[in-house]
Parts: sequence; structure tokens; C-alpha cells
Amino acid sequence: MHNKTLAEYSKDLQSKKYSSRELTQCFLDRIAQYDPTLNSFITVTAEHALNAADEADKKIKAGHAHPLAGIPVAQKDIFCTLDVKTSCGSRMLDNFIAPYDATVVKHFNHASMVMLGKTNMDEFAMGSSNETSFYGPVKNPWHTDCVPGGSSGGSAAAVAARLTPAATGTDTGGSIRQPAAFCGITGIKPTYGRVSRYGMIAYASSLDQGGPMAKTAEDLALLLNVMAGFDPHDSTSVDRPVSDYTQILNQSLKGLRVGLPKEFFGSGLDPKIAELTHQAAKELEKLGAEIIEISMSKLNLSIPAYYIIAPAECSSNLARYDGVRYGHRAEHPKDLIDLYVRSRSEGFGDEVKRRIMIGTYVLSAGYYDAYYIKAQKIRRLISEDYQNAFKQVDVILGPTIPTPPFKIGEKTSDPISMYLSDIYTIPVNLAGLPGLSMPAGFIDGKPIGVQLVGNYFEEARLLNVAHQYQQNTDWHKQSPEMFK
Amino acid sequence: MSNITTEQLDKIAHLARLKIEETDKPKYCNDLSSILNLVEQINAEDTSNVSPSAHSLDVTQRVRPDEVTEKNEREKFQKIAPLTEAGLYIVPPVIE
Repeated sequence: MHNKTLAEYSKDLQSKKYSSRELTQCFLDRIAQYDPTLNSFITVTAEHALNAADEADKKIKAGHAHPLAGIPVAQKDIFCTLDVKTSCGSRMLDNFIAPYDATVVKHFNHASMVMLGKTNMDEFAMGSSNETSFYGPVKNPWHTDCVPGGSSGGSAAAVAARLTPAATGTDTGGSIRQPAAFCGITGIKPTYGRVSRYGMIAYASSLDQGGPMAKTAEDLALLLNVMAGFDPHDSTSVDRPVSDYTQILNQSLKGLRVGLPKEFFGSGLDPKIAELTHQAAKELEKLGAEIIEISMSKLNLSIPAYYIIAPAECSSNLARYDGVRYGHRAEHPKDLIDLYVRSRSEGFGDEVKRRIMIGTYVLSAGYYDAYYIKAQKIRRLISEDYQNAFKQVDVILGPTIPTPPFKIGEKTSDPISMYLSDIYTIPVNLAGLPGLSMPAGFIDGKPIGVQLVGNYFEEARLLNVAHQYQQNTDWHKQSPEMFK
Repeated sequence: MSNITTEQLDKIAHLARLKIEETDKPKYCNDLSSILNLVEQINAEDTSNVSPSAHSLDVTQRVRPDEVTEKNEREKFQKIAPLTEAGLYIVPPVIE
């Protein structure tokens, strides 16, 4: 029961093969059994879930339910959920009970999908390993001594271990795609502005984008149909109609031009991952696609530009945590400054402090032009690099991550080595493009992902390519032995 | 090469309203210096004819009519505040 696709669950629920309550209970039982090992959930909302399941069952019985009604889903703990703790992986928000639902959560509720709980994540989505969470690291279900990736590591691990059929994630520099790759699942970061950021706790607002994480591209298409759309509550939401993302899933790849940037295959890339990426390209070629070598020479500037822009925006966004209106407040403050300083210093962990301080530095008087404006210029060069590539090709294929999942603790003492692992995902955020990671093989039993990047609003095309690939491969069907 | 000194670290921490413990300062100076050295790689690129990009889609900020659309829910929002009294947020006295 726990290993089906959303389309299968939908069919089974609508035909009353089992009820949403039974399905929900199945996943709650799996969470109770396996999550003590994985630590992928911060909060499990069992009672709430069973009530929502009963509501969904009523709607299904009445015959007017959404196709995904009654299917369980987990929310990354960055999305505000009414009357449910929303911690963002931080001590700062350990006591925060959200007073409203994020737009994404509202959309899922409207479809009568059942929230199982809130998934673990790097603190304020800052991290690539889930080790910066106040609630402790999440384990990779394939190798429990390895990281699941981050920042949406709880969501990725929970989907991979089949503790939930699907989950939400957010992606500022790779936080959906990198953990999807490390956990052997499929995840998409939509075009910037496609999914509402309202109620999604802000890290770097010009880059943050929510998206779904699931086992297959078809599942992602169904979920994105629920999540995407214009939201007047989000000032950067794109006012543009949403297509049905399932519509072209079955389109043939004949004539599709797939670009392989030659710069991706340099010295930093594990040779076995390079090989698996070429194998994925060959598979697409068999399906009728044309593989074209392209050059994208500016992408190597994206990590340095990102570590100016993202911390700058984070230092501004996280200025709101002052111990006054909500969140952690230090005890016995001697004056207002002491209240601010101690509340923030106690509430934030090291990685968040580092990024706030870098952001504060690059935005401070005398440095703004040299760092921030310069980085914004680099950002334009990166966007142009993509636009030039899209004159030659329809989608760009490459590795998602240069290495297989690393060991817990391996990179915590050296933030830079952690930052460098996001080399293939970060430029996509800087350009605001959609990117998808899908499973493409294993190295020593550890899952490897490849990334597809498309032009603006080409989510349907990426899902089409991934779906066709998944119709002809079975990497996405593998699941970790320990959690069968 | 940027090297963040303890004095600079103290200044940045003050601006960010953070306090770094004495024992953690060497590690923070070292980490922030490494990050700045990483980001300074962008200086190698000539960008004199490039205009800065704040938003990937180059859209402008949307405006809406200046009308009240939400109801006032002060009590609900103050329920999650650490300390309130009579509808006010309580902080230490600013002026003695």
C-alpha cells in the first residue's frame, strides 16, 4: 500500500479499494515505526491527519472530490500551517504556532489532501545536508550514516523511505533538487514566481521557490497542478495562467534538443557521476532526442555570486526576529538592545549567524557596490548564458550534484566545501529557471541524480522529458532495503 | 584577500544584533574570511558594461489599490507574542 504512485492512489481511493483513513493510518504507522531512525519529521499531526482523511472520505463518497483527495502529503516545516508548530528547523521558531496557512498549504487543503506532518530541514533552509537543523540531522534512508542532502532533507528522506507518498520542498540554491538526488527521488523547482511564497518563511526572497518532491515525474505534475498559480498575497507571484502539467507527459521526445554543457564535466565531478549522466543522455537519445554539446562559461561564477546575494537578502529577512512579536525571547533582558542581541544569538545556530553576518558585511557602507551590485551584474551574465544556450537547445541536462551523498559530519567543520556541492543547482536559481532532478543510477548503493533545466515556464516540458525517461528506466522505482 | 579581524567581527555582529562568544570568535573570523575570499572570485570578471539584475524575470513590483483587504486580528497575532499587555507588545524601557 505504501509504494504506489499518486495516480494509483487516486484511482484506488476513488474506486473505494481502501479509504483515505486506511491509507493515512498506513503512513502514520510507518512514520511511527521508521522515523525514530530517520528523524525526517519535526512534527507529526496524526489526529489532524485522520480527521482530514475522514473529511476526504466523505467527499469521495459524495462523488465530488478532487482527484488527489485523501492522499497523504508532508509539508516542509518552512510552510506556515494554521495552529500547527512551524519551526523552520530553528530554535528561534521552536515555540511558533502559525496563525495562518501558507497559500501552498491552502491549495493542498482545498484539494482535500491529508497533511501527515511537518518535515525536518536545515535551519531557515540554510544548508545542503540537513545538519544545521535545531532538531538534529536527518539520516539518508539508503545509508543511514550519510546525509539526505538539504535543505529539504526531511521531505526527501520521508518520500524515499515511503513514509509519505509526496512532500513539499523549497529551493533557494538547490534545496529541492540536491536532496532529491541524494535520496533517489524526483523533485522540481519551478520557475521563480510560479508557486506562491506567501506563508513560506523567507530566506533569500529573490531566489526562494517552493515545489513538489515525489517518486515520479507524473506525481510531480499532479502536485504542481495543485501548488502552482498566481497569488495576490505574494508580490513576486507571476500573473500568468497555469497549464495542466500532465497534458504533455506522454509526448514523444523525437526531435527534442538536449544540451550537455561541456563545463559541467570538469575536475570537480566524480567520474562515475559523469558516466551516469552520459548514460542518461544516451537513454534520451534512444527515445529520439538529439544530444548537443554546449558551452556555458559563466556558470562557474554562480557560487560566489550566490554567497553574496543570498546572505544579503537573508540578513535583511531575518532582521524581523527580534524577540518581540513572536519566536524566541531571551529571559531578563536588561535593555532593548540586550533583548534583541540575546534573543537572536540564542535563537539562531552557527550557519544562520554566518550568513546573516556575511550579508550584513556585503551590504554595509562602502562595500555595497563592490559586492552586492557586482553580484547582481554577474547574475545577469548567468541568465544570459542560459538564454544563449536555449537558442540552441530545448533543455539542458547535467549532473545534479558533483558527488554521491557524503557522511554525516564530513563537511560540517568546513562551510566552503559544503557550499561547493551546489555548483550545478545554484545557477538555476540565480536565473530563476525551472530545474528538475531525477534518479539516474547508483554508486556503491548510493543514489545519483541528473538535472534537467528548461526555459522560463517550461515545467511541463521538463516533466515530459523526465516522465519519458522514467517510462524506460527503473531507477525511480528502487527503494531503500531498510524501509521496505 | 579579505581577512576579517576580531574588531571587524565585533562590528558586523553589532550591526546584525548578534553576539559571538569569545571562544567562537577565531572560528567565525576564519569562516567569514574564507567565504569572502570565495565570493571575491567574481572580481575577475569584467562587468563594466553589464547592468545589475535584481529579479530573474525583470518584472516590476505590482501595486494594488489602497484598500483594506484584511481584517484586524490583533488578538490572534498577539497570542503568539512572548509578552503583551492591553494589546501592546511589552519590551524593556527605552527611555528611563
